[in-house]
Amino acid sequence: MSFPEVDLKEKAKEIRYHTCDAIATHGAGHLGGCMSCVELITVLYYKVLNIDPKNPQMEGRDRVVMSKGHAGPTLYATLALKGFFPMDWLKTLNASNTNLPSHCDMNKTPGIDMTAGSLGQGFGCAVGLAKGSKIMNDGATIYAILGDGESQEGSIWEAAMTASQQKLGNLIAFTDYNKAQIDDWVDETVSLEPIMDKWESFGFNVFECDGHDMDAIYKTICLAKRKGMNNKPSMIVLHTVKGKGVSFAEADQVGCHHMGIAGEKAAQMYSEVK
Amino acid sequence: MKPIFHEEFTKLMREDEKVVFIDADLAKAHGSENLRKEFPDRALDVGIAEQMAVEYAAGLSAYGFKPYVATFTPFLTRRACDQITISVCYAKRNVKLIGTDPGITAETNGGTHMSMEDIGVMRSIPTMVIYEPADAAEFKKALPVINDYPHAMYIRHQRTQAQDVHEGDFEFDLFKAEVLKEGADVTIAASGYMVAEAQKAADLLAKEGINAEILNVHTIKPIDGETIAASVKKTGCLVTAENHNIVGGLRSAILEDFSERDVYVPTEAIGVRDHFGEVGFLPFLQEKYKMRPEDIAEAAKKVIAKK
Repeated sequence: MSFPEVDLKEKAKEIRYHTCDAIATHGAGHLGGCMSCVELITVLYYKVLNIDPKNPQMEGRDRVVMSKGHAGPTLYATLALKGFFPMDWLKTLNASNTNLPSHCDMNKTPGIDMTAGSLGQGFGCAVGLAKGSKIMNDGATIYAILGDGESQEGSIWEAAMTASQQKLGNLIAFTDYNKAQIDDWVDETVSLEPIMDKWESFGFNVFECDGHDMDAIYKTICLAKRKGMNNKPSMIVLHTVKGKGVSFAEADQVGCHHMGIAGEKAAQMYSEVK
Repeated sequence: MKPIFHEEFTKLMREDEKVVFIDADLAKAHGSENLRKEFPDRALDVGIAEQMAVEYAAGLSAYGFKPYVATFTPFLTRRACDQITISVCYAKRNVKLIGTDPGITAETNGGTHMSMEDIGVMRSIPTMVIYEPADAAEFKKALPVINDYPHAMYIRHQRTQAQDVHEGDFEFDLFKAEVLKEGADVTIAASGYMVAEAQKAADLLAKEGINAEILNVHTIKPIDGETIAASVKKTGCLVTAENHNIVGGLRSAILEDFSERDVYVPTEAIGVRDHFGEVGFLPFLQEKYKMRPEDIAEAAKKVIAKK
């Protein structure tokens, strides 16, 4: 699949801005985890995915499962920019009768491939999607985005074992390793370390890179796709910063999981992401 | 029901290439392990990981497949309750959930394996349909209908103990309660394992000159209140008989429906009275929980006296 030349940095900036704007319009939201995966989403939607905004249900399309469903707003901003739905929907985040709920819903939002938000479930669903693609032999790749805190859920590891057992080389998962969760740092709560060894021992091809370096993300995805030919699923651990791009969020990474954005805070945020 | 289970799914999977059968290390118990020989891509075992099994099924459904997940009732409805609620029902996924060995039919697997609450749990999940066949012949008729139903459904399946309830051919409508025997004195509305026990109770009552009407309420949600209400309008009283806690199951479903219809008649309930299960064979368990035909007959006489 060929992609039109775009300035990825510019796209990431737009996605970050519209995500922040949607959250600020609502007045509060999951700012931290939305900001930490902006670069990943940018690379996926502008350089990797075989999808068609005019035909969101296209057969054989690549699929994205935002297992950390609270990062829905980042996806919504991207999907709107891609033309899946009008840009003005972004102003309706979490409003009554919206098509854009705080957590991803496949029945409400064009371009969302799986409902997620009850943590731990999206990844298992992605494994089912990957198996579906294998049965159909349609050549699709299934991408799943996991939170680091989310990876404390037991069913993540049930799904990892099955993905490996069933040789789902068409599954590429990411851990948005921003290292903070609601109550504290991940390492202070229940550590995932040694995260690389864990995934490797579960039978995955494992990679890591800077989750805000889009060139590195793209190259790592390409590598994972090639390595996936060995019929092993892949895990790409993305080292990220919670709240990336918004200074007061970056300064309070444990506190920025969900935060109110109004008044001076909003003004500061807009000045930084414009 | 075990051989039927395997035979019918073999037939179904031959006819419908979208059907996927998912086990969680109980394929041998279910008789479904042979499906893997003919359908290696679509008969899958994900191991002892029921939450994952349900998520996986939801993902397959999102890819256009019709997955069935089978395991013992408590491991499905208790352990994977959130997955069933969110990834299946909330996400509108067409996943069929088969809980086997419900209630006391878990027998010697004991209390840990006995679901006395599964209908109550599944019934309160929005959109969920609950079906419990009374015998193998009925399950055979129901399966193609279930397969064509495009939404989630919970099937409460007696793996080994189903007694024959039907003689000869019979009509089956998934959403209509079945009048198995017409009667004038008391309505006995039963489901699953208790339908055959209700038939035996009707025989006991007949010896005393009492003519019981027997309803096979195979679909507990949505409940066919119309048929049940019409029956009690005729008989004037009701006994419910279920292999489940009397809280949250068949009795609750019928009485909730009656309250909406303003139907008020004397009732008696047969079922587990808010107890956990325990180990034992069916005769012991039926006696312990007062679920024998004799208990149903006694309840019928008691409720007739209240008319």
